[in-house]
Amino acid sequence: MNLTLDQVKHVAKLANLPLTPEEEEKYSEQLSKVLDYIEQLNSVDITNVEPTFNVTGQVNVMREDTTAGCFTQEEALSNAPKKKDGMFETKGVFEDE
Amino acid sequence: MNDITTLTLTETIEAIKQKKFSEEELNKAYLKKIAIINPKINSFLKIQKNSRGIPAAIKDAILTKGIKTTAGSKILSNFVPPYNATVIDKLLEQNISVIGKTNCDEFAMGGSGENSAFRPTKNPWDLNKVTGGSSSGSAAAIAADLSVFSLGSDTGGSIRQPASLCGVVGLKPTYGRVSRYGLIPMASSLDQIGPITKSVEDAALVLDWISGADSLDANCKDAKFSFTPSRWEPKLNGLKVGIPKEYFGEGLDPKVKAVIEEAIKKLEELEAEIVEISLPHSQYALAAYYIIVPSEVSSNMGRFDGIRFGLGRENLGQEVKRRIMLGTFALSSGYYDDYYAKAAKVRTLVKQDFEKAFDPLAGGVDVIVGPVSPTTAWNLGEKIDDPLKMYLSDIYTISANLAGIPGISLPCGFSPSTSSGQARLPVGLQILGKQWDEETILRVGFAYEQATKWHLQEPELVSRVESQESRQKGNKTGF
Repeated sequence: MNLTLDQVKHVAKLANLPLTPEEEEKYSEQLSKVLDYIEQLNSVDITNVEPTFNVTGQVNVMREDTTAGCFTQEEALSNAPKKKDGMFETKGVFEDE
Repeated sequence: MNDITTLTLTETIEAIKQKKFSEEELNKAYLKKIAIINPKINSFLKIQKNSRGIPAAIKDAILTKGIKTTAGSKILSNFVPPYNATVIDKLLEQNISVIGKTNCDEFAMGGSGENSAFRPTKNPWDLNKVTGGSSSGSAAAIAADLSVFSLGSDTGGSIRQPASLCGVVGLKPTYGRVSRYGLIPMASSLDQIGPITKSVEDAALVLDWISGADSLDANCKDAKFSFTPSRWEPKLNGLKVGIPKEYFGEGLDPKVKAVIEEAIKKLEELEAEIVEISLPHSQYALAAYYIIVPSEVSSNMGRFDGIRFGLGRENLGQEVKRRIMLGTFALSSGYYDDYYAKAAKVRTLVKQDFEKAFDPLAGGVDVIVGPVSPTTAWNLGEKIDDPLKMYLSDIYTISANLAGIPGISLPCGFSPSTSSGQARLPVGLQILGKQWDEETILRVGFAYEQATKWHLQEPELVSRVESQESRQKGNKTGF
């Protein structure tokens, strides 16, 4: 499977990943090679095989419906690059703020 | 032997109990050795100068409250976690202290240690070689006696493979045995924390400490492992050992093969019954893995938005970006069925291969034995620009993660030194067990270790420092 430069740009946008033009070139080539390798999955007979997403067999794990301690505001904000008035500061969504 | 840093965990505990040395002397001895050897091998990213507790080195992908935790990434270069991983709280209860945070491939993505955003870890047996990865510093620190034991994490071999390349013991528990709470996730359906140690007994003891239910990880089962050393015997008494023919084919370095075959002979001498088995879907495991892992990676890495913690996404390294790209593509509209759904079905077949091999009703085996890595440690830089070649070094370890079963790597000899000056390099023996049956792989590992003593071998770099120390000090800190 060949991953074109346009596809690489599209996927990078979906992943919110800033790539340099050199990286776009490189990933187009490297990821195409990896996808070629992965093509071999097509030779496995998977008719009537159920997928495995989890191996523990755990279902509906419950806990007591009680409250427990949580971070203080200060702890929760301790690693935030930008904060304002005791809150996380983010970029504006609709316009450049 | 006159250096307290060469003692195993169980020996250290015993010696402290008998007051042969104090915790302060123990910490001092390790910190001193770290100061001399760490600059040569880069196994630690951060060192904690404690005077109490028994020192453990913790992979930097595991959160430690108040101690900077970077996961080997620039994006977390300023991150100081406000809480501990569950495993850390459990270790603190056992009088263990964190002596340092160990280097690793960025977000545990890599098989050589070279993807660390800070510096590559170097192999104590040969400073020109990689340590393997991703728990590179955790393995190198134990090989160089810079900590009593360490914790790593294993998603596709990241404990077992560096343990093999550095000549130490590495245990990947059954998925769900140990809480993942506070482990910075790579691929959540495969990640598992486990110990890297100087002996099999130590691995069992640490597993006892860190395993058991945790309300903060719903996939962690109420199944604590309990360690009772006295129940292990020196002989294997007819225990059935399966040798998968798929693990001995093309790609396996003949020098590694010879060492593994010798180890299997030893198991036979210990009265194990050796049978050839087949795990027919092994050849597809790597392809399935490199869809499942990047897919889960692309989802897990979404949390790095540069708002709540960490820097901007432009600070991610090459391999991390590569996997986010691959995973985002595999999960994108129109490709899900071709890639992720198919890989999840192949995962079922890989898992069923093991279930059949272990099936007691069909005369199945008790454990499966083979190599950990197809080669010994390779040169730094050798595979860094060829992701596929790098991925192939995990070919014998990833199946266990896909199936969720436990596996251990233990030292089983060396590829010989060569006339061109290449030093001897360690080879690891992999023992895989049934789901939830760490007991049997540890028992086999213990019998093998006691009969061979490969685990007592030390890199020249380390023994040189030790003998200088004891000469200068006239054994003052000796034991």
